[in-house]
Amino acid sequence: MSSFISFLINGISLGSVYAIIALGYTMVYGIAKMLNFAHGDVIMVGGYVVFLATSILGLPAWAAILMAVVVCTLLGITIERIAYKPLRGASSLSVLITAIGVSYFLQNAALILFGADTKSFNSVVNLPSLKLMDGAITISDETLVTIVVCILVMVLLTAFINKTKTGQAMLAVSADRGAATLMGINVNKTIAVTFAIGSGLAAIAGVLLCSSYPVLSSTTGSMPGIKAFTAAVFGGIGSIPGAMIGGLLLGIIENLSKAYISSQLSDPIVFGILIIVLLFKPSGLMGKQIQEKV
Amino acid sequence: MKKWRIAAAAVVASMMLAACGGSAEETTTAATEAAAEEAEAAETEAEAEEAEASEGAVWTFGGLGPITGSTAIYGTAVMNGAQIAVDEVNEAGGINGYQVNWIFEDDEAGTETAVNAYNALKDQGMQMLIGTTTSGSCMAVIAETEADNMFQITPSGTTADITAPANVWRMCFSDPAQGTKSAEFIATHELATKIGVIYDSSDTYSSGIYENFAAEAANQGLEIVAAEAFTSESNTDFRTQLQIIQDAGAELVFLPFYYTEASLVLRQANEMGYEPMFFGCDGMDGILTLPDFDVSLAEGLMLLTPFAADATDDKTVSFVTKYEEKFGETPNQFAADAYDCVYVLKQAMEAAGVTPDMSVSDLCDAVCAEMVNVSYDGLTGAGISFSEDGEPNKEPRAVRIENGAYVMMD
Amino acid sequence: MKLKYRKRALRYNLITYGMVIFFYVLWEIMMNTGNMSSLMKGMLVSLCYYSMLAVSLNLVVGISGELSLGHAGFMCIGAFTGAIFAMTIGAALPGWLELLIAIILGALVSAAFGFLIGIPVLRLRGDYLAIVTLAFGEIIKNVINVVYFGIDSRGPHISFKDSLSLGLEPDGVTIIKGAQGISRLPRNATFTLGIILLLISLFIVLNLINSRHGRAIMAIRDNRIAAESIGISASKYKMLAFVIASSIAGVAGVLYSHNLSTLQSTSANFGYNQSIMILVFVVLGGIGNIRNSVIAATILTILPEKLRFLDDYRMLIYAVVLIAMMLFNSAPSAIEFRARMAAKFARRKNSAEVDDER
Repeated sequence: MSSFISFLINGISLGSVYAIIALGYTMVYGIAKMLNFAHGDVIMVGGYVVFLATSILGLPAWAAILMAVVVCTLLGITIERIAYKPLRGASSLSVLITAIGVSYFLQNAALILFGADTKSFNSVVNLPSLKLMDGAITISDETLVTIVVCILVMVLLTAFINKTKTGQAMLAVSADRGAATLMGINVNKTIAVTFAIGSGLAAIAGVLLCSSYPVLSSTTGSMPGIKAFTAAVFGGIGSIPGAMIGGLLLGIIENLSKAYISSQLSDPIVFGILIIVLLFKPSGLMGKQIQEKV
Repeated sequence: MKKWRIAAAAVVASMMLAACGGSAEETTTAATEAAAEEAEAAETEAEAEEAEASEGAVWTFGGLGPITGSTAIYGTAVMNGAQIAVDEVNEAGGINGYQVNWIFEDDEAGTETAVNAYNALKDQGMQMLIGTTTSGSCMAVIAETEADNMFQITPSGTTADITAPANVWRMCFSDPAQGTKSAEFIATHELATKIGVIYDSSDTYSSGIYENFAAEAANQGLEIVAAEAFTSESNTDFRTQLQIIQDAGAELVFLPFYYTEASLVLRQANEMGYEPMFFGCDGMDGILTLPDFDVSLAEGLMLLTPFAADATDDKTVSFVTKYEEKFGETPNQFAADAYDCVYVLKQAMEAAGVTPDMSVSDLCDAVCAEMVNVSYDGLTGAGISFSEDGEPNKEPRAVRIENGAYVMMD
Repeated sequence: MKLKYRKRALRYNLITYGMVIFFYVLWEIMMNTGNMSSLMKGMLVSLCYYSMLAVSLNLVVGISGELSLGHAGFMCIGAFTGAIFAMTIGAALPGWLELLIAIILGALVSAAFGFLIGIPVLRLRGDYLAIVTLAFGEIIKNVINVVYFGIDSRGPHISFKDSLSLGLEPDGVTIIKGAQGISRLPRNATFTLGIILLLISLFIVLNLINSRHGRAIMAIRDNRIAAESIGISASKYKMLAFVIASSIAGVAGVLYSHNLSTLQSTSANFGYNQSIMILVFVVLGGIGNIRNSVIAATILTILPEKLRFLDDYRMLIYAVVLIAMMLFNSAPSAIEFRARMAAKFARRKNSAEVDDER
C-alpha cells in the first residue's frame, strides 16, 4: 500500500511539472491558435538563467527566479515579434514549422553558449521534506512546492483572464479574432501579452523542472515539452483547468504504468491512453466541442 | 505569379547544380590546407596522395562523434582528448617523421549522419579513422570502413559486433567484457546476492551491458530481483524504479549507464532514504567532476573504470592538466580512450614503418598486422595490447568512492 | 476548360518526371567520371527515400489536408519489415529478388498498419489528429525498440524483455536485439533503384491527384460538408490517401534499411523529430505541390551536410535558414513584396519588349 501511495505521489509530482508547462502551451494555443513547439526550449533557457544566476553570480534564489522570469518574458516577446508575428494570416502549418526552427535555434544556441556537458542544478527549494506513515512515504520539498505553485498559477491565471480587461481581451481574441478586431481590441498586443505570460510561466516551469530533476542540458526542455503538449491535448487544448488535469493525469498514468506494467513501455501506454480518450472525447477531457457550420 | 514560379524553379535548379558541382570547393574550405586540392579526387587516392606528398605530406586522422545534440559531451571529449595526443605527437616530431592532422566531423550520434560524416572525412583526405564515439553510429560506419578497407579504432563503441570486421579495433571494454566482469566482480567479492538493475532500454550501450550482466549473473549464482528500464525520453525520474527495486529487497543496485542519469538516481534514492550499494560501469566515470553535484551522495559507489581523472600517475596528471588548460573542463574516460587511441596508432604505425603516400587500403593492412604486437602503457591501463579479434587486453580497475575520491579496490 | 486543366496537369507531371530523370542522369555522369565527392555519393539513396517520404506526406498534408506528425512511424514499419525479411527468408535469395519481395512486403505491411491506424485517426480533426498521429509514431518506435526477435530450429521467438527470455536453442540467431536493433544488414540499395521507386511513387501520387478520386479528396479538404452533401464519402477517400501515403513511406523505409548496414529504432531515426523533418520538406516545398516536395527534400537533406565547415554552428545556422525561409515563403508581407517585385520585373520586361519593337 505504501508503495502504491509513493508511486502516486511521484506521479503527481511529475504531473504537476507537466501541468505547469501545459498551461503555457494551452494559453498560447487558445489565443494565438498556434502550436508553440519552442515552448519547451524556453523552459530550458529559464533553467540556465537560474543556474547562471545562482552558481556564477551568486544571487539568492528569489532574485534568480525573478531574473529567469524577466529574461524568458523578454525572450518570448522577441520570438513572437521576429518569428511569429510576420506570419500572422499565413497557414498554421507555416507557423508550426517556424516554431520548430526557433526550437532548433534555442537548443543549438544554448549548446554553443553553455557547452555540451550536463550541468548539475542546485535545487532552489530548500525546505524539509514531508514524511508520512512513519517515514514509509516521503514527499520531497520540491514536490510540495511544485504542486502548490501549480495550483497558485492556475488560480491566478483564471482570475486574470476573468477579471482584468486584458484577460477579457484574450478571451475575445480566442473566441473570434475578426470580431475582436472590430470591437477595437488590439489583437497584436493581446497576442504579445499572451506570449509574455506564457514565457514567464515557462521560466517558472523551468525552475521547478530543474529543481525536481536536477540536471540541465540544452535538450532538457524538449521531452517535457512534448509530454506537456500531449497533456494539454489530453485535457482539451485551450482550456486552463484542462491543462492542469491533463498534466496531472499524464504524470500519474506514466508512473503507475512504469510501476505495474512495464518500465520500458510506459511512454507507449501513455500515448495509447491518449488515443483512446480522444476517440471518445475528440476534443479532450475539458475541451469545447465546436459545432461545424456550413 | 506563374513567372515567379518558373524563376524560382530555375533558381532552385541552379542551386542544386551548385550544391553538387560546387562540392569540391566547399569541402576545400572545410578541409585543412594539406588535403586541399585533392578533396574532390579523393576517389583516386593514389593520385591524390602523390600530389599531397609533393607539397609536404601529413597524416590525416579522422574522428567521428556527436558534438551537437544530447550526447554532444561524449563526442566533444573524444575530439578534445585526441587533439591533446595529436599536439603532443606533433611536437615530438610526428609519426615516422610526418606531422599528424586531426579532423573531426559531427555525426549527431545517428546512423545515417555518421555515414555522411564518414564520407565527408574521406573527402578531406582521411587516412585512418578514430571513431565513432557512440555504439549505434559505429555499427553503421564499420560497414563503410570494411568496404573501403580503412583502418578504424573506436575509442568508446562498446557493442560486441563492432570489432567483427578485421579492420576495426576497439580501445574501451566491450559490452560483454563490462557486463560479465561486473557480475564476476560482485560474485567473487561477495558484495551481494540480491541484485537490482536499472538500465536504459533505448540505448545500445546500456542494454548491451545489462544483457551480458544478466547472463553472467545467472552463472555466478546472483539473483536479479528486479530489472527496471528507462528510456532516453524519460530519463529524469527514477523514483518509481527505485521503489520497485527497494520493495524487491535488492542489496546492490547495478547502474550500467552514464553518470548524468546516475547522479539523479543517487539523489532520488537518497531522498527516499534508500541506501543499497551502487555499482556502475565505465559510463559512471565523471560523476565526481559533475559541477555542483553533491559528491557525498556518491559515497560508497563502486564502478569499473579504466580511467580516473584524479589519479596521481604522471601520465594522467599531465593529460588532465593540459586538457583543463586547453578546454576548461575535466576530461572523462572518453577523452582518455581517444588519447590512448592516437598513441596506440602511433606505435603500430611506427612498427609498420608506413608513410603517408601509401593508399588507405595498404595502410590499413600494414597497421592491422602490427596492432597485435602493440604494448602500450596508457591512461586507461598499463601494458595495453590487442588480440586478433580487435579487442583490447587491459584490466578494468574497480574503484570505490571514499571521501569524494576514487580508491582502488582489489 | 477541362482540356486545358488536363493539359496543364500533364505538363506539370512531365516536368516533374523530367526533373528527376535529368538529375539522375547528371549525377550518374558525375559519379562515373569521378566528379562527385564521397559525401554526395553516400547521400544519393537517402535523397531518394526522403523525397519519397516528402511526396507521400504531401499527399496526406497537402492534398488530403490532414496534419500528420507520425509519418516516420510508417517508415519504421517498412524498414523493419524489409530488414527482417532480408535477414530471414531473403538471405537465401539472390539480391534483386530479395529486394523486390522486401519492397512489396514493406508496402503491404505499412499499408495494413496505415489502414488500422487510419480508422481511429481519421475520425479526428486538426490538431487532435496531429497529436494522435504523433502518438502512434512514438508508440511504433518505442514498441519496436524493446522487441527481441530470434529464430531457431523450433521456429521464431519473440520477447519484450531481453534476448535471454527468447530461450533460443544453441543453433538460434537473434535478429532484433531491442535497442541494438538489427545489424549486419545487406546493403544492396542503389541510386538507380531509389530513382525508380521515386518515379513510381510520383506516378502513383500525381495520377491519384489528377483522377476522379483525387478531386474527391481535395473537395473534402476544401469543404467536407459540401463534399459529403454531394455524396462523396469523406472517410473512404481520406483513408485512400492515408493508406497510399503509408505504403509509400513503408517502401521508403525498406530502401532505408537496405542502404545502411544497421537499423535501430531510435528517436533520431524514427521519432517525432524525423516526422517533423519530413513535414518541414513538405511545408517549405509548398503544401500540395508534389514537385517542390522533391526539391525541398533534396535541398534540405544536402544543406546540413554542406554546412559541415561551420562545425558546431552548423545546426544553429540551419535553424536560422529554416526560419528565414519560412518567413520569406509564407509571411503575408513577404508574399506581397515578392508579388510586387515580380510585377515590376514583368513590367520592365514588357516595356523592354515594346522598346525592341520600336
